[in-house]
Amino acid sequence: MSNYPDTYRYTKEHEWVSVEGDLGTVGITFHAQKELGDIVYVDLPKLGLQVEQGKALGSVESVKAVSDIYAPVSGEVAEVNDALTSAPEKLNEDPHGAAWLVKLKLANPSEVQKLLTAAEYQTYIGAES
Amino acid sequence: MVDFGGWDMPVQYSGIVDEHHAVRKAAGLFDVSHMGEIEIRGPEAELLMNYVSTNDASRLRDGQAQYSALLYDHGGFVDDILVHRVHADEFFLCVNASNQAKDFAWIREHNRFDAEVIFASERYAQLALQGPRALEILQTLTPVELNAIRYYWFTDGEVCGVPARIARTGYTGEDGFEVYVAPEQAERLWRELLAAGAPYGIKPAGLGARNTLRLEAKMALYGHEIDATITPWEAGLGWIVKLDKGDFVGRKALVKQQEAGVARQLAGFSMVGRGIGRDGYEVLCDGRLAGWVTSGSPSPTLNRNIGLCYLPVELATVGRALQILVRLQPVEAVTVTTPFYKRPK
Repeated sequence: MSNYPDTYRYTKEHEWVSVEGDLGTVGITFHAQKELGDIVYVDLPKLGLQVEQGKALGSVESVKAVSDIYAPVSGEVAEVNDALTSAPEKLNEDPHGAAWLVKLKLANPSEVQKLLTAAEYQTYIGAES
Repeated sequence: MVDFGGWDMPVQYSGIVDEHHAVRKAAGLFDVSHMGEIEIRGPEAELLMNYVSTNDASRLRDGQAQYSALLYDHGGFVDDILVHRVHADEFFLCVNASNQAKDFAWIREHNRFDAEVIFASERYAQLALQGPRALEILQTLTPVELNAIRYYWFTDGEVCGVPARIARTGYTGEDGFEVYVAPEQAERLWRELLAAGAPYGIKPAGLGARNTLRLEAKMALYGHEIDATITPWEAGLGWIVKLDKGDFVGRKALVKQQEAGVARQLAGFSMVGRGIGRDGYEVLCDGRLAGWVTSGSPSPTLNRNIGLCYLPVELATVGRALQILVRLQPVEAVTVTTPFYKRPK
């Protein structure tokens, strides 16, 4: 079964963010990878790109379809998980851990508080499915 | 689950790739009860059948099936269908779920024969058991000698002790059966088939795998390769058109297009660059807009990205370099021979 860490915050678009200092690590949720199915490509932004909350950050493509990933918070792309480019299937295996997508230098840390908690997100996807 | 023409349909169970391989190597079970059924009965059932469809129903014998199409007067597809001859005066049609009301109305509208057109979808559920082990699995649940049913033939018998129409047809490019039963029997049959198939490696399979399997086998999907704007000549389905059988709806337009020559044709492509050319993406040739993708997906069997597209006829030759606009980026592709996959004999 899936485990949604309590220390993460979540979006209704199925991204998560985990904040340490002024860096927010961003990924897609277990629920998202399950809905997408076998992931075959991951497109991630370039280092230094300024992203705005709610705007496209990249995309993941499964056998089934392409889906945009939206930035859960605003910030500058400080690190990119390049390992996913050659091993996109990691997103199906460990979406909340090793298969993080990018690290953002937070532009506005207060945005984080408005995101869903683990409990709220699980209620949300429970209601959705 | 996704909403598919008003039906809640599973896209995947264990995963599209996993289900796809199960069908190619062992067996997969699909619940395709959403498909529509129409019956045509009466002394002139065959005349009506032949008048509304492109293939020649008079060539069928009792227990035989054929792939065919309903066309508009202008030659575009109303639907693609499977025609089963039960008796000389009874035909059983399997049609696309989203087209069933339209098909029924269309056939009735053209019924100037001594025949009755009956909407029968609510009387049938359909399970498709597909894959090289399908016969062995189904044989454990039926007294019908399945080996005796040839490809594109069917028989009425029993499965799990209940009446079933067992057709050796499918939409995956594999050997297999499509089993029609009363809806109230479907759930039990589903469970019994999965239990019987467990030792053979059966897996429940969803719409996602159904799509990748049919694409590899280059089987058309309504709304993608074929629709009201496409003719059988363009879709590479000339083999289901029998112009010599007499008049039928759409015939005049097909003759006219054949004389004038078709302008566009369905072609298979394989991606060269990184990316997947998906449904609706634009196709360029020498930098100019040349056509559009009708279906595109990773091919789990071939382990590369494949697809089908419409191209001007002069460009639809094998080995042509294309670029497909994948989210505004041109990605290299090349036309290839189809089908992408053919099962070993």
